[in-house]
Amino acid sequence: MSVSREEVQKIAELSKLQFSENELEKFTKDLSNIVDFADKLAKLDVEGVKPTAHILDIQNVFKEDNVKPSYKREEILKNAPSAQGGCISVPKVVE
Amino acid sequence: MKDYEVIIGLEVHAELSTNTKIYCNCTTEFGADPNTHCCPICTGMPGTLPVLNKKVVEYAVKMGLATNCKIANFSKQDRKNYYYPDLPKAYQISQYDLPLCENGHIDIEVDGKKKTIGITRIHIEEDAGKLIHDAYTGDTLVDMNRCSVPLIEIVSEPDMRSAKEAVEYMQALKSILEYLDICDCKMQEGSLRCDVNLSVRPVGQKEFGTRTETKNLNSFKAIQNSIEFEIKRQIEVLENGGTIYQETRRFDDAKGEGYAMRTKEEANDYRYFPEPDLAPIVLSDEYINSIKESLPELPNVKKERYLKEYNLSLYDANILTMSIKTANYFENVVKKCNNPKMVANWIMGDFARLLNENDISIDESKISEENLANLIDLIDKGTISSKIAKTVFEEMFNTGKEAKQIVEEKGLVQISDEGAIKEIVEKVVENNPQSIIDYKAGRDRALGFLVGQVMKESKGKANPGLVNKLLLEILNK
Repeated sequence: MSVSREEVQKIAELSKLQFSENELEKFTKDLSNIVDFADKLAKLDVEGVKPTAHILDIQNVFKEDNVKPSYKREEILKNAPSAQGGCISVPKVVE
Repeated sequence: MKDYEVIIGLEVHAELSTNTKIYCNCTTEFGADPNTHCCPICTGMPGTLPVLNKKVVEYAVKMGLATNCKIANFSKQDRKNYYYPDLPKAYQISQYDLPLCENGHIDIEVDGKKKTIGITRIHIEEDAGKLIHDAYTGDTLVDMNRCSVPLIEIVSEPDMRSAKEAVEYMQALKSILEYLDICDCKMQEGSLRCDVNLSVRPVGQKEFGTRTETKNLNSFKAIQNSIEFEIKRQIEVLENGGTIYQETRRFDDAKGEGYAMRTKEEANDYRYFPEPDLAPIVLSDEYINSIKESLPELPNVKKERYLKEYNLSLYDANILTMSIKTANYFENVVKKCNNPKMVANWIMGDFARLLNENDISIDESKISEENLANLIDLIDKGTISSKIAKTVFEEMFNTGKEAKQIVEEKGLVQISDEGAIKEIVEKVVENNPQSIIDYKAGRDRALGFLVGQVMKESKGKANPGLVNKLLLEILNK
C-alpha cells in the first residue's frame, strides 16, 4: 500500500472527520489506488517540461476594483444551521 | 548566567486599502453590521469562482519595489488547508512556492546606527473572518465581513536582535505602507498586525535555538512587551535546564503575559496545493517598470532631502518623515513661511502634544497649513513673542481661528516700544531693591527674577530681548 493507515487517520484528523475501522481500511485501499495511478507520472521523462501551475493555458484573469452590492444578510445566513445576532452560530471554539 | 543573543523575525500582515475584496466585489469597509459585506464567493459557497482583484497585484508589487524585492514575472496562488470556523472554505487562498516578491531589504535606524533587515518574501492572500465569543450562550459567532479582505504578508529574515529593532522595523514598514497609500495602517482595527518569531542562543553558539511564534500583535507596545516577555521566559527556561518547545503563543497585553496556545493541530500540516480556480499571474518587465516609476518619494529618501534642503537635524528629519501626513503638512507650511526649523519645532512640540491629547491626526486638526505659516510669520516679524505664540496656538487648535484674529481680539501684540518697556523696567527695579543688591553681589539669579517681574507686569507682552537689554542698562549703570 502506498498510503498507510496512519496517514489516512492523520488526514482524517486534519479534516475533522471520524471514520470507523472498516471505513479506514476502505479509504486506505482507495487512496493507495489513486496515488498509485498518479504515480505513473513519476515514471515519465519530464526533462525540460515546465511545472504546471494551471491545467488551462490561461493567465492574468483579473477583475476591476469596483464595489457591487453584497447579498442581503438573510440570504447569507439561510444555509447556516444556527444563527444569532446576525452571525452564524457554531459550537464554542477554544484556543 | 550566560550571555544570550536574541534572534527575531517578523511576519507582518497588512490589509490592502482596495475598495473591494480580493476575489469578489464586496466592499472592504470596516465596522459594518455582521455579515452584511458578504456574497457567495467570499463565504465559500460551492460552485463559485474567485477572480483576482487587479489592484491587489498592483499594491503588492508597489510594496515589493519599495522594499527592494525582486518581482516575479511568473507567480501563482495556492490553497492553504486548515479547519477553523473563521475560514468558510476550510482553506485560505495564499501563495506558497512562487510569491509575487522575494529577496528584499529595508534600512532601519536604532540608536543612531543604520542596520539592514532582509525581507524574505511578500505574498498576497485573503484575510479570515471574525469570531465573537458569546459569553451568554457560550457559543462562538462568526462574522464573515472580513473574509477575503486582501492582505499582503511581509516575511522578514531573522535579522533583528532586540525588541527595539523589531519595533523600528515595524515602524519603517508602516511608514512605507502609508507613503504608498496601500494600507490604512490602523493597528487597533487590525489592518496592520504581526507575528513574532523568536529564539535565543548563548553568545558564540552557531545554531539557532528553538523558536516560538507569538501571533497577532496589533500595537507597537504589544510587540515591544511581548518580545521582552518572551526573551525573559526563554532564557529562564534554559538557565533552569529546561527545553524550549516550538509552539504558537498568544500575548495578553493587558496582563503583560504570554501563553502557549492549546490547539493540538500544532503539526501545521497545511497541505498546500496550487489553486485550480485561479490563473497564474504573469507580469512583464514593462508593467513592473511602470509601477516603479509611479512610486512616490519614500521615507528614507525624503529624510535625506530634509537634512540637505532644510538643514534639519537627523532627529527632526526622522520624526517629520515618519508619517506621510506629517511630512506633507510640514512641507506645505514651509512653502508658505520659509522657516523650516521653527515649523519643525511647532509640529514636533506643542502641536504633537495637542494632537496626542485629542487623539487625532495632523490632517484632522483645525489648524490649516496656511494658519500655522501665518502664526510663524507673526513670531518672525516680532509681532508676538514666542511665549504668547503658545497661547495663540492653543486657541487656534481649539477654535480654528486665524492667528492674527486671536492676537487682535486678545490684545496680545508684543510691546517693542522701548519707552513703554523702560517705564515698566524702572517700576520693577524700584519695587525690588533687594534684587538689585543681590545682582550687584554677583547673584545672577536675581536678573532672571527681575526679567520675570517685568514680563508679569506686561502680561507677557514685552519683547524679552528688549527687557533684558534695558534691565542690564539700568543695573550696570
